[in-house]
Amino acid sequence: MRISVGHLYPDYLNIYADRGNIAVLASRAAWRGHELDVRAIGSGDPVGDHDLYYVGGGQDREQALIAVELAAQGPALLEAAAGGAAMLAVCGGYQLLGRGYRDRLGAELPGVGLFDLHTVAGERRMIGDVLLECELTPGERRTLAGFENHAGRTMLGPAAEPLGRVVAGFGNDGASGYEGCRAGRAIGTYLHGPLLPRNPWLADWLLEQALSHSSGEPQRLEPLPDELEQQAHAIAGARARSRGGSRSRR
Amino acid sequence: MRLRLEIALARGAGRLSRLAGRGGGTTLPGKLLAALDRGAVATLASRLPLGSAVISATNGKTTTAAMAVEILSPRLELAHNRSGANLVSGVASTLLEADGAELGLLEVDEAALTEVARLVKPRVLCLGNLFRDQLDRYGELEQLAERWRAAVRDLDPKARLVVNADDPQVGDLAQGRPGALVYGLDDARHARPALQHAADSKYCLRCGTPYRYAAAYVGHLGDYACPACGHARPPLDVAAREIELDGLRGSSFALSTAEGSTRIELRLPGLYNVYNAVAAASLCLTLGSTPDDVRRGLARFQAAFGRFERIEVGGKRVLVLLIKNPAGANEAVRTVLGGGPPAVAVVALNDRIADGRDVSWIWDVDFEQLAAGLGTLVASGERAAELALRFKYGGLDARAIEVVPELERALERGLELTPAGGELVVLPTYTAMLSLRQILSDRGLVRPYWERAA
Repeated sequence: MRISVGHLYPDYLNIYADRGNIAVLASRAAWRGHELDVRAIGSGDPVGDHDLYYVGGGQDREQALIAVELAAQGPALLEAAAGGAAMLAVCGGYQLLGRGYRDRLGAELPGVGLFDLHTVAGERRMIGDVLLECELTPGERRTLAGFENHAGRTMLGPAAEPLGRVVAGFGNDGASGYEGCRAGRAIGTYLHGPLLPRNPWLADWLLEQALSHSSGEPQRLEPLPDELEQQAHAIAGARARSRGGSRSRR
Repeated sequence: MRLRLEIALARGAGRLSRLAGRGGGTTLPGKLLAALDRGAVATLASRLPLGSAVISATNGKTTTAAMAVEILSPRLELAHNRSGANLVSGVASTLLEADGAELGLLEVDEAALTEVARLVKPRVLCLGNLFRDQLDRYGELEQLAERWRAAVRDLDPKARLVVNADDPQVGDLAQGRPGALVYGLDDARHARPALQHAADSKYCLRCGTPYRYAAAYVGHLGDYACPACGHARPPLDVAAREIELDGLRGSSFALSTAEGSTRIELRLPGLYNVYNAVAAASLCLTLGSTPDDVRRGLARFQAAFGRFERIEVGGKRVLVLLIKNPAGANEAVRTVLGGGPPAVAVVALNDRIADGRDVSWIWDVDFEQLAAGLGTLVASGERAAELALRFKYGGLDARAIEVVPELERALERGLELTPAGGELVVLPTYTAMLSLRQILSDRGLVRPYWERAA
């Protein structure tokens, strides 16, 4: 089956090795006989109709250059999400899918409003390895291992569901004990590293959501031999436990 | 009196550290002195009769400084932090050991530049490039650029600035500084067809429009112009023209100045080393060297340690190229491929502070080009599995990947797979490179870095 992916503003939001996430999605789809068709959505392009949208992270300068345009695509992205398209937003992209981002100088960057959250730049960056516990499918507890590096403190609104519970690391705001956000088939997170190579179960979950959108019925993928991925996951998880950031009480 | 005591204390600590076998003791005395009295660092620097030259860059600062030493050392006694200890403490250690030196030649970490420049008050400041590097440690590029702007603002008005015009952020530092010398490359035959994936400063500093490149040489370094507002690379005072790259053997170029042109021969491969050479040349010309001094010095020069070393091991050769960030690693890969695609490579990824704890940068390196011709990858280092994944998802068959985290065993395995008389390519991150040299030095194959003549 063909899975169409819209990669939003890769020229601006491509720090933290976002192409690693795309490479993992493409390979894992291909190994199951599916074809990932990745289209860059650049400045001035319409959002289009895709099964999966990807938004990466950017440095402050690039993020500020593209935020207004991304926010203007808000209604189209909300419509895509309501239609069952899957989404993965990492770091800066995660912040911009919220309601907005207030930078260090107090300027407010607009957001897409897909996630009920708001982000405010803090003084100290939260940097380190992270380990989360998630339950995207009821009864299936899994862990995510990644690296976080963000000045933003993200506050979830009352309607927001976090992606996971922080086992080790800072998480959304360094205090709440939660990380990321999930709204249906859309996932937002600070975790890079990149996220998907060492967390292949999440790559497969996203592919299943995208395939379900594409085919109109629920899809399950066959497991793959993931020994290297598990080794990398175990080491990254151990790093988070031994040297990840620690949460402070406010 | 207090200063003399502090200096004696700090020097003693360095000798003790070496006697105890704990590495070169290259930063311990300076750490002590810097902790005792920051002002002492400034005092020591002010004692150098010809002052100091300071060199910084994300990539190439160690090599550029070592090249400048080779050019200057026949006529000047230098205080040079040759072991690459380039924070305030390393600079302090170098100055402590600088008895009889006339000129300080200091390689400085890009994040430590503002503080070192304030203490040392350089008479020449040479700035090479800014690439994304270890975001967990250095923060974002823009913040580093702001620190560099502050360092340049604080410079003595008589100090000379030498900058790489091919980097938009760095070239712009020459604005409003009369007498600044700008250098760059000028040979579009060596331009890349497109900006690399990892390119950083691709949007106009003035207006945010993407630059147009007449030629992009290394990462975002090149001949750029903004199609909207016209901000462009400044005219070059010193340029490398008619560049010839000779595989892994070396390179040559015409060093072109207002006075004329001199053919430079380098025993180092790769376009990035042409950048290092033209930086060192510009710096030394500013310090009064003649083009002929530059030519002779660079012809003698051999790689700075771990940067491009060929080591004989039992009838085979080990070629070591340090990798530490996407732009630098891309050039290392391009250089290796210049000698023909290797059948075996050992790539070693550590994640200590000096390597960057965040290993995501390996995904921004174009390893696909290396993977394409590779028979076996020996993935090594503390994050060997992560590196193996980089190649697996970069298109290398999982059966061609061997994960051997322990460095010494990985080296053995790589050598085993290398045919007699052949060459084994080893690409280590910084601390993996130090361990590798330790292994080779224990076998008597290389000298420890603190004993190596500069």
